[in-house]
Amino acid sequence: MRDRLIFAGQLLFTIGVAAFLVVPVILSISAGVTVNYFRGIASGVTLQWVAQVWNLYYDTILLSFLIAFATLLVALAVGVPAAYALHTRGGRLSRLIEECITLPIAIPGLAIALALLLTYGGFRSFRASWLFILTGHVIFTMPFMVRSVMAVFATVDVKTLDEGAASLGASPARRFLDVIVPNAAPGILAGALMVVTLSLGEFNLTWMLHTPLTKTLPIGLADSYASMRLEVASAYTLIFFIMIIPLLVAMQMLADQGTRK
Amino acid sequence: MNVTAGHGASVRIDCCGKTFADGTRALEPATLDIARGETLVLLGPSGCGKTTMLRIIAGLELPDPGGKVLFDDKDVTSVAIENRNVGMVFQSYALFPNMTVADNIAYGLKIRGVGKSERSTRVAELVALTNITGLENRRIDQLSGGQRQRVALARAVAIRPRILLLDEPLTALDAALRDRLRGELNRLLRALGITTIYVTHDQAEAMELGDRIVVMRKGEIAQIGAPREIYFTPQSRFVAEFIGAANIIDAPLDRGDLVLPGGRQPTGSEKSQPSAVAMIRPESIAIVDAVNAPLSGTIDSVGFIGDRQRLVVSGASAKPITVDAPNTVKVEIGDKVGLLIPPNAVRLLPPEN
Repeated sequence: MRDRLIFAGQLLFTIGVAAFLVVPVILSISAGVTVNYFRGIASGVTLQWVAQVWNLYYDTILLSFLIAFATLLVALAVGVPAAYALHTRGGRLSRLIEECITLPIAIPGLAIALALLLTYGGFRSFRASWLFILTGHVIFTMPFMVRSVMAVFATVDVKTLDEGAASLGASPARRFLDVIVPNAAPGILAGALMVVTLSLGEFNLTWMLHTPLTKTLPIGLADSYASMRLEVASAYTLIFFIMIIPLLVAMQMLADQGTRK
Repeated sequence: MNVTAGHGASVRIDCCGKTFADGTRALEPATLDIARGETLVLLGPSGCGKTTMLRIIAGLELPDPGGKVLFDDKDVTSVAIENRNVGMVFQSYALFPNMTVADNIAYGLKIRGVGKSERSTRVAELVALTNITGLENRRIDQLSGGQRQRVALARAVAIRPRILLLDEPLTALDAALRDRLRGELNRLLRALGITTIYVTHDQAEAMELGDRIVVMRKGEIAQIGAPREIYFTPQSRFVAEFIGAANIIDAPLDRGDLVLPGGRQPTGSEKSQPSAVAMIRPESIAIVDAVNAPLSGTIDSVGFIGDRQRLVVSGASAKPITVDAPNTVKVEIGDKVGLLIPPNAVRLLPPEN
């Protein structure tokens, strides 16, 4: 009897907390498909707001994906070899570089953006292109890629695997592709999902760096919140959810797989 | 089938020392010649520099300036490991978890551009040679320790290396398996006939596998010799104590006799000196009647091991003497016994260290 009471209490508490977090999400989403939010859902359900957002902002959504995947490419091409080099080299210098790469996690995005503007703002065409935002995103997401790959390197003895492949005659590049990358795959995948998710949702830095022609999804979101009717802003949130949730689920599934192993 | 082709290279290590970046001296400059087809064992306690020496030969470590590594009289000091054509078996095996057993074994051949059909023939040969038939398509994490060890060996041998390097290949296995694999490994190395350098801290492994043994201590070579030489005529106290069991006796020498509390023990020498160090192996001491024995003492403990018994005798020398007696000898603690030691079983060691 007592156990049941405790169980019921815990269940209620959990449901309460979950509801506290989930209800705003549901409200926001439902607002996006309601004809008139002030009259409530009774006013009817519509996709007109979603369509309107798509028409107004589809370019920001496309640009967001372009930047997210470009960021991913750079993070893979630079981050994975960097993690490998930092892991195998070791020593004080490697630790120092690792700390420098990690720094952007602690520094506010606004500060990073300001530094970028101060340094490169003078290069007009670079400043005005989406590559400027890409630069910011790479700086911001790189530690997540490097860290997650290095975490895998710490669990599989890559140094010995590398030496093993070398003893069989493989060149450094060959070793990296045949042995290091496949064995770091879980970390690379986790890092990749994290990079894409973070890049898609990044606001701080992007807000400082963007121009009217280089708006990303979250910037558009802020824009619509500030200047559009509530239903449109909510429809925008809905689109954002649809894009980001599959990524989050994939990330979680990957993490589960990792712990089961 | 060319698995047994003896095409090893000779190895010369010339004045190779190793100082690590943090200043630790892992290896004092050492010079060593290894003949074509020879199996040389580097033996010593952990931290003695044996693995460093192996890694220098492999090309995984660069010797300090001035040191040279030569394969068949050709200087390979600055040649990277991938171009030295050496086969290596690592203590942790370093098998690739992302590949099957067959792919692991064939990897070196694939790198060398060997065609698919030839690769699979070679894999089949090696799988048969190392007794792992049937495991070709397994993943590495589905193998037992002993199976992994065999795959690692097959992979190292697959590329027909000039020199085979083994870094404590049996250490990660349990004792019974280690003994069995040691015998197998011995037969295999003899059949392959390639130059082999084998690192271990296990003296039984060293004795069984080595044509010659290099005993190392604190980054220096303590002694080089055939197993029997190392066992019967150690040149220092360290080697005597590290290889097998040994009684080390400090006593004055009087006209060739060790003067001990329990009597006099002839050594075959004629010298007299105030202090000498002698080594006597436990199995070369016979238990006899105390009456008339040149050396006598009292049984302190009796350890029955099965094939023999290990006795500890006190009173004969300043320190108790260990005796390996046949399992038929009947003695009890407190018995007064005589010790009969042939003079040629007493090895006088240089007094230093």
